[in-house]
Amino acid sequence: MEKIEASYLSAYGQRKGLAGWLTSTDHKRIALLYMSAMSVFFLVATFLGVLMRLNLIAPGSHVVSPRAYNSLFTVHGVIMIFLFIIPGIPAVLGNFVLPLQLGARDVSFPRLNLFSWYFYMGGALCALLSLFTGGGAPDTGWTFYVPYSVKTGTNVSLAVFGAFLLGMSSMLTGLNFLTTIHRMRAPGMTWFRMPLFVWALYATGWVQLLATPVLGITLLLVIFERAFGIGVFDPARGGDPILFQHLFWIYSHPAVYIMILPAMGVISEIIPVFARRTIFGYKAIAFSSLAIAIVGYIVWGHHMFTSGMSDMARVVFSLLTFVVAVPSGVKIFNWTASLYKGSITVSSPLLFVLAFIFLFSIGGLTGLINGALSTNIQIHGTYFIVAHFHYVMFGGTGFAFFAGLHYWFPKMFGRMVDEKRAKAACILMFVGFNVLYFPMFILGWQGMPRRYYDYPAHFQPLHSLATVGSWILVAGLLLMLHNLIRTIRHGLPASANPWQGTTLEWHASSPPSIENFDVIPTVTTGPYAYPQNNGVSS
Amino acid sequence: MITGWPNLWNSTDNAFYFIIAISIVLLLGIMATMIFFVFRYSRSRNPRPTNIEHNAWLEILWTAIPTVLVLAMFWVGWKGFIYKRTVPAGAMQVKVTGRMWSWSFEYENGKISSVLKLPFGKPVKLLITSADVVHGVFIPAFRVKEDAVPGRDTYLWFQPDKTGEFELFCSEFCGTGHTKMVSTVEIIPENEFAVWLQQKETPALAQGLSQAGLGAELVRAKGCVACHSTDGTAATGPTFKGLWGKKETVLRGSQEAQVTVDESFARSKIFSPEKERIKGFPPIMPSQRGVLSEKEAAAIVEYFKTLR
Repeated sequence: MEKIEASYLSAYGQRKGLAGWLTSTDHKRIALLYMSAMSVFFLVATFLGVLMRLNLIAPGSHVVSPRAYNSLFTVHGVIMIFLFIIPGIPAVLGNFVLPLQLGARDVSFPRLNLFSWYFYMGGALCALLSLFTGGGAPDTGWTFYVPYSVKTGTNVSLAVFGAFLLGMSSMLTGLNFLTTIHRMRAPGMTWFRMPLFVWALYATGWVQLLATPVLGITLLLVIFERAFGIGVFDPARGGDPILFQHLFWIYSHPAVYIMILPAMGVISEIIPVFARRTIFGYKAIAFSSLAIAIVGYIVWGHHMFTSGMSDMARVVFSLLTFVVAVPSGVKIFNWTASLYKGSITVSSPLLFVLAFIFLFSIGGLTGLINGALSTNIQIHGTYFIVAHFHYVMFGGTGFAFFAGLHYWFPKMFGRMVDEKRAKAACILMFVGFNVLYFPMFILGWQGMPRRYYDYPAHFQPLHSLATVGSWILVAGLLLMLHNLIRTIRHGLPASANPWQGTTLEWHASSPPSIENFDVIPTVTTGPYAYPQNNGVSS
Repeated sequence: MITGWPNLWNSTDNAFYFIIAISIVLLLGIMATMIFFVFRYSRSRNPRPTNIEHNAWLEILWTAIPTVLVLAMFWVGWKGFIYKRTVPAGAMQVKVTGRMWSWSFEYENGKISSVLKLPFGKPVKLLITSADVVHGVFIPAFRVKEDAVPGRDTYLWFQPDKTGEFELFCSEFCGTGHTKMVSTVEIIPENEFAVWLQQKETPALAQGLSQAGLGAELVRAKGCVACHSTDGTAATGPTFKGLWGKKETVLRGSQEAQVTVDESFARSKIFSPEKERIKGFPPIMPSQRGVLSEKEAAAIVEYFKTLR
């Protein structure tokens, strides 16, 4: 009992209750602050997505007006991208687990960490306010392409400013993590003894820090263009709309790696624990994270193969895009090989990981169709793209996030998740996901453009099927959320190391105390050492 | 149809099937291996695991083979792309202008149409631009797409190798009427096309339609109905039904004023909508200058008078 009272959940400093949470600089409390806010935004955006699918159940249906539909996909995209997928794993799982895995008491800059959360909430507030004020909810798509985003009377400026603030939050978090990883590793934890989740956050941190400023500048230019007509993007004033697309994707493509790299890190943590053996190719996985982060900076043009960019640029960007596909593929091979001669228990975290590998493989392989020039021209701007990025972002990052939540939930709250419900939810979501998004590949290849509130009748069967899939998926999601929330109060007590993990967070109590460790551990082996196994361990 | 061995990779479909085939083999291979391992090395079957840290040959192999495969995919996509970007000599040129939210197609003899009629078997080059925001010309049946960018010309070409009617979509989001920014590509025999190309007036007038009848045709052809209903249904813009003679409150800047919808107000809203907006509606109506002639605007006004 003494231990539980000393945990970060119950102990407080000068302020009690909610104020104690809102002013806490403890990395674990900040992680939960992000998680609570994010759950709300995620549910709102999911609801908007379900509404969209409902409107598309049959041609000519008018569940919402055309303008409302345009706002629906814009707001769904803005919330999911900027408030959920980009900050998701680093801000929630990263904040909670990173210092623990390093054997540290907190991040390098705890106050800055709290400040980042306030930037996040400020950005979210602006984005949500933009729905109800000014000319109404933005209707530009999450990409804010000019000149439309400059011409529309809707409340684009406020939404864009919100995204700017969210960018600040992301940059500061990246900076904080980078410093923490460089300076705060436990004694004996050399670079190649770091857990792979830390490697993934390290690569991500550099992308957050170096790519996000480009977004900030670009979004401010859009605001100036709208307010003062400075003409950077307006061809009538000597500007160039394609310049906006370049600047936007110079951030937003690396942002795809901000979304997926931490997810890959989570997967690399879970597989060795449930296979009870070392990961296969530790260095290959670590270096491929860095390779993806570096090459990921120079492939942005593949979002613009039909934009009117020069043919030479299209060819170069296509080649680079295929180059970046290789390290992602290598990771999938490494994960699969890490199951070989293991001793495997398929608990809920691993079940989510197996679902991830299937969905992310489809997302990655269909990316090859997008990367090849002649096929890209057919599927660009169609439902094929919608299917592809949902497989990568939701099937990939989303499922990895859920896997990580189930894996670290006992550490966060000191209670075990109900396995039966967790697995049922995972299977339900997996089925719903494929019924919802797979038909979109076919629709896209047949020519169904995205961002249409209505469609010719011959597209109907697949659209209706996708809508049914959205219901199954949401049923699974709700079951999962119910199960997780129930666990916080009613789950069975968890031991310090319920999964037999080998990384340092499992040395702390569940839930950890405020300062994480009584004595800072000393590291003498690699992260996934099971010395009792056959074969040699590092 | 692109046929024959020398042209194998000029076809988008062949490139697509090539990449999909490799992808399916890889996906099935990974999944079969993964599922096999999960069952074969389950805790009950294999209680004592083995640590295997790495295997240099295996890792080199599974880096090298995918590298070769993706380079082959790049090459295939590039081949097809070069074909798509090399316009054959003697292609017929049509100027395409996108605007919110309609397409206009201008032929070499100056004829303008809202439907893209083309002769069968003759390569055609579309020279594309936009009058306002970014749009995209997308003709799925011929596997072509290129954005319409204000302030510059882009192009695409294709060979109309089948007759019939095909969809032309706008593929870049361009606002409220994006979904309705759809036109038709009609591939007809060359002799029929030659006759059509020489017809001076629009078929509606040739058929002796009344002014109001022509107006009714125009509001459909020019995409007005994307925002304005003709039966009183609420939509993005005011409905045309009962509009004529109605008193409306307009906003000029922040100043409110009362106006009656008459000839001059209607013409002003058609050609200079930015001057004032009707209260309760967003300021998104694009000017129709260059889209509608004076005569056509007059016909539309006549049509309004019939929609009581």
